[in-house]
Amino acid sequence: MELTFNEVTYTYSPGTPFEFRALENLSLHVPSGSYTAIIGHTGSGKSTLIQHINALLQPTSGSVKVGDFVIEAGRKNKNLRSLREKTGIVFQYPEHQLFEETVEKDIAFGPKNFGVDEEEIRERVNKALEAVQLPEDMKEKSPFDLSGGQMRRVAIAGVLAMKPKVLVLDEPTAGLDPRGQKEMMDMFYSLHESEELTTVLVTHSMEDALTYADEVVILNEGRKYMQGAPLDVFKRKEELRQVQLDIPEVLEFLEKIEKEFGVSIEYNKQPLAELAKELTSRLGRRDDYE
Amino acid sequence: MNNSMIIGQYVPGTSLIHRLDPRTKILVIFFFVIIVFFANSVWSYSILTAFAIGTALATRVPLSFIVKGLKPVWFLIVFTFLLHLFVSRQGDILFSVLGFPFYEESLIQGGTLSLRFFLLILFTSLLTLTTSPIEITDAIEYLLHPLKKLRFPVHELALMMSISLRFIPTLMQEAEKISKAQASRGVDFRTGSLKDRVSAVIPLLIPLFVSAFKRAEELAMAMEARGYQGGEGRTKIRALLFRKKDYIVFFLFCLIMAATIGTRV
Ligand SMILES: Nc1ncnc2c1ncn2[C@@H]1O[C@H](COP(=O)(O)OP(=O)(O)O)[C@@H](O)[C@H]1O
Ligand SMILES: [Mg+2]
Repeated sequence: MELTFNEVTYTYSPGTPFEFRALENLSLHVPSGSYTAIIGHTGSGKSTLIQHINALLQPTSGSVKVGDFVIEAGRKNKNLRSLREKTGIVFQYPEHQLFEETVEKDIAFGPKNFGVDEEEIRERVNKALEAVQLPEDMKEKSPFDLSGGQMRRVAIAGVLAMKPKVLVLDEPTAGLDPRGQKEMMDMFYSLHESEELTTVLVTHSMEDALTYADEVVILNEGRKYMQGAPLDVFKRKEELRQVQLDIPEVLEFLEKIEKEFGVSIEYNKQPLAELAKELTSRLGRRDDYE
Repeated sequence: MNNSMIIGQYVPGTSLIHRLDPRTKILVIFFFVIIVFFANSVWSYSILTAFAIGTALATRVPLSFIVKGLKPVWFLIVFTFLLHLFVSRQGDILFSVLGFPFYEESLIQGGTLSLRFFLLILFTSLLTLTTSPIEITDAIEYLLHPLKKLRFPVHELALMMSISLRFIPTLMQEAEKISKAQASRGVDFRTGSLKDRVSAVIPLLIPLFVSAFKRAEELAMAMEARGYQGGEGRTKIRALLFRKKDYIVFFLFCLIMAATIGTRV
């Protein structure tokens, strides 16, 4: 499904001393089946932005279009249920939303609310568990007996079991160990491919944006600051620095190489080993360099 | 969150009222509450009303915010007035509208009762509006100090209060977050039968309790790790200090009290 933000402004607590404009005149287009990364400093409005996608928040002015659904300022939303079924949101620290007695019941909670039948639910639970790489015998355990990382996986499985068309991930790997982070990001990417999802990833990791996304949106103080293909956006190092963002380490490294040795290497997501090979061949064997 | 209720809400600021010692504010309010019940004439009510509204203005919190925040209380105030008007029938008939008689005495009684009510609510809400919960707790601990002699656990009470106050906003945020997460999983908190709505609350309450207990445990551990052993011999990082402005406020308030008593009939 395609997402369109049309001049969206969102104000928290309007008309009070706590009034705060978290999004300002933001327009954005996310094509169906794309993988978009949203990056910005803490407080730049990323979480506010994504909560518009399933109408948890309604624009103060402007409109949001999700497939055929229109969420507009000052209009009551119809068909909320079917919108929410199609948009799965993995919130920051999703393990806080677990509540059922068993892992199985918790994963089944979403599909059940949307009226999926028992047979199908059971199937979905198994598939979701497999996707997040948890063993099947975990189904009968209480989610509160699991480790933090496992709880995170269960919560994510609960969203995947809804079979959403749009998958929204709000810093899904925050607080996981590095290997767990990579596993999880790879898992989301393969789901993105196999289920033809439209994926929106909120992240602090420039590396993840570079590796997985085909479009990057930079937010700053509630406004869209930049947008484009990852490699194009990350070329604009100075502009990024102005909003306290760095470029991915690989690019930083290649830039240093160019400065030091005058050798410029085009980065197009080649693995590190390949990059190293390319580098040695371009630099020549400098045995005399010692 | 649609939170228009201001009772108990703190609005940070730098006005004179904000900067007063919290003990000053609590004492002034304490005596204000008493003195309101002494007022019984047009003059004494006018003085107190002017004082309360003047203080509200001096907080520099937008008046519209205060007025809107008292919304649930307006209802009670108006209700009190109307109840008096229609139920009690004392004094002379002042005038009648559509054959309904308005009695002088009940008009006055209803009016003064509502006014008292309004003054009390307005003035006490100014305390929480301009004083952070921590300051209020410190002040209460100080003012209740004498009770320690009677083995009343003043310090523990104050600690409990400040921890609860500190965690109310956190819990509210948490509740909002979890209810959004569950709404995204298809829970409908707004429509459906009573039974549906009650069962919709379970996915909200359980995670909330779990996280509150976890937080409490972590907090207890962190406090012990940093050597907390109760109130005995504990010093304060925020020393309360009466300054010149506090004395001036006390002096002014004494004048107001004297004027109120003096204009009684
Ligand atoms: N419920 C709320 N009420 C008031 N202000 C909020 C609320 N949620 C977020 N904000 C404010 O809106 C801004 C953007 O928040 P958020 O969208 O969570 O940013 P991000 O996810 O990029 O860190 C922040 O300054 C935050 O303080
Ligand atoms: Mg966020």
